[in-house]
Amino acid sequence: MIVAERKPYDDIRTIIGPFDRILVFGCGGCVTVCSTGGEKEAQILACQLSITDAKEGRSREYIVKTVERQCEREFLAEADAEITAADAVLSLACGAGVNLIAETFPAKPALPAMNTTFLAAGGAPGAWAERCSGCGDCVLHLTGGICPVSRCAKSILNGPCGGSRDGKCEIGDDVDCAWVLILERMKTLGLMDKYAQIAAAKDWRPGGHGGPRKMTREDLAV
Amino acid sequence: MKSSSHLEKVLAAGHFAVTAELGPPKGSDAYVVKEKAKYFAGAIDAVNVTDNQSAVVRMSSIAAARLAMDCGLEPVMQMVCRDRNRIAMQSDLFGAVALGIENCLFVSGDHQKAGNHPEAKSVYDIDSIQAVAMARRMRDEGRVLGGDEIEGSMPLFIGTAWTPLADPLEIRPLRLAKKIAAGADFIQTQAVYDVSAFAAQMKAASDLGLLDKTKILAGVIPLKAVGMARYMQKNVPGVTVPEALVERLKSAGKERAADEGVKIAVEIIQKLREIPGVAGVHIMAIEWEHKVRDIVSAAGLLPRPTA
Repeated sequence: MIVAERKPYDDIRTIIGPFDRILVFGCGGCVTVCSTGGEKEAQILACQLSITDAKEGRSREYIVKTVERQCEREFLAEADAEITAADAVLSLACGAGVNLIAETFPAKPALPAMNTTFLAAGGAPGAWAERCSGCGDCVLHLTGGICPVSRCAKSILNGPCGGSRDGKCEIGDDVDCAWVLILERMKTLGLMDKYAQIAAAKDWRPGGHGGPRKMTREDLAV
Repeated sequence: MKSSSHLEKVLAAGHFAVTAELGPPKGSDAYVVKEKAKYFAGAIDAVNVTDNQSAVVRMSSIAAARLAMDCGLEPVMQMVCRDRNRIAMQSDLFGAVALGIENCLFVSGDHQKAGNHPEAKSVYDIDSIQAVAMARRMRDEGRVLGGDEIEGSMPLFIGTAWTPLADPLEIRPLRLAKKIAAGADFIQTQAVYDVSAFAAQMKAASDLGLLDKTKILAGVIPLKAVGMARYMQKNVPGVTVPEALVERLKSAGKERAADEGVKIAVEIIQKLREIPGVAGVHIMAIEWEHKVRDIVSAAGLLPRPTA
């Protein structure tokens, strides 16, 4: 899933500055799962903003709406009336949602309420951690299912570097050394004979360094 | 010979090599490099010029390496993978060779979190092992990583670092094997204080048949004070300072701790010489460059060979 965290409140106040009629737009996808941008969070944010407005003697109208996923046109269409009625859309979706609003409603300001951060898997309740960086050329079959690209602070493909200590990374004791985890898995799975193989320099094009990425499925095109 | 490197010749002739480290200044003052270079003249075979070590911005290693050359030293230009992609690294290797710099040493580089620009975007396009393989391809195949032919030759003596006592210990000899397979002509290690632990790793490397495939220079960092020893123990991964050494510094007293540190360094060098496969020492006297000559002399390693 995609993790996104709400921007600091003061930043959101600045972002909505000139607008009077704002759609506070929740998303039922990933941000609902990580409890940062779903229906409940949209309601709470609209309340907060109204209270601050009242304190500041500022008059604004907030419309609150949440759709299944803001990153798909069909779901976005369900909010067509609300988007049209608002001066601006304050989206609690990830950046993909904000972009799609901008593309679909060219004259409507699409404002981010969130900072989109990483591709995660859930850990303990209330905790998410980066587990993929979408490099476009997966090596997990070679590394025991543990990703060196997203989980090693240096994305080293022939690790571990000399900064590994007691299973932790040189950047901090709260970060596991990905290569220690990889080696443990490789041992468990009987893959250690593969360790001697040098991983060649990676082609970063499918990882976003070849320009914006897209996928086209001709069989699904209308 | 792969290059016209003096260090390569010294090692090939079977001499016990001595290298040291020169940290470029945090600014543009060439004088700093020249002053440090004076301490090393005639005392070592080559000097490593570090590349923004600890992720702190310093004069580029290529420029400082050339300045060191102008002072009569042979530089080992370090290159970290943190700050440059494969295009910039290869471009700098062309430039280095053009300037007469033929020893290069590739390291991952400390993460930028440790330095004075923690908000920087890191590169890590290739890792140190891939960088070694890239440099070897440039030299031996006359091609850049992307495949294009290189105009002119690329005489390089290629090195990389090894942290033999970093966790997990059992993987370190295997990772050394990868570095050698990638094309490392020489290896400089992280500082060794626990000589017997290091000897065990060298034995493991020997069992893998690695010792006649590369030249290993063991790292030595002279200790200046108890505080420094404690810092190394706690904060530098892969460095273990035995408590007995800390005790020696303590009982020497504050005034004489530095002298004791030099004495310890000399003893370590003498022990390292006895370990099969150790082809030399790499003395990293951090902001203590003026002590290197004394250490080398006390270790009985002067005069340095002319080739």
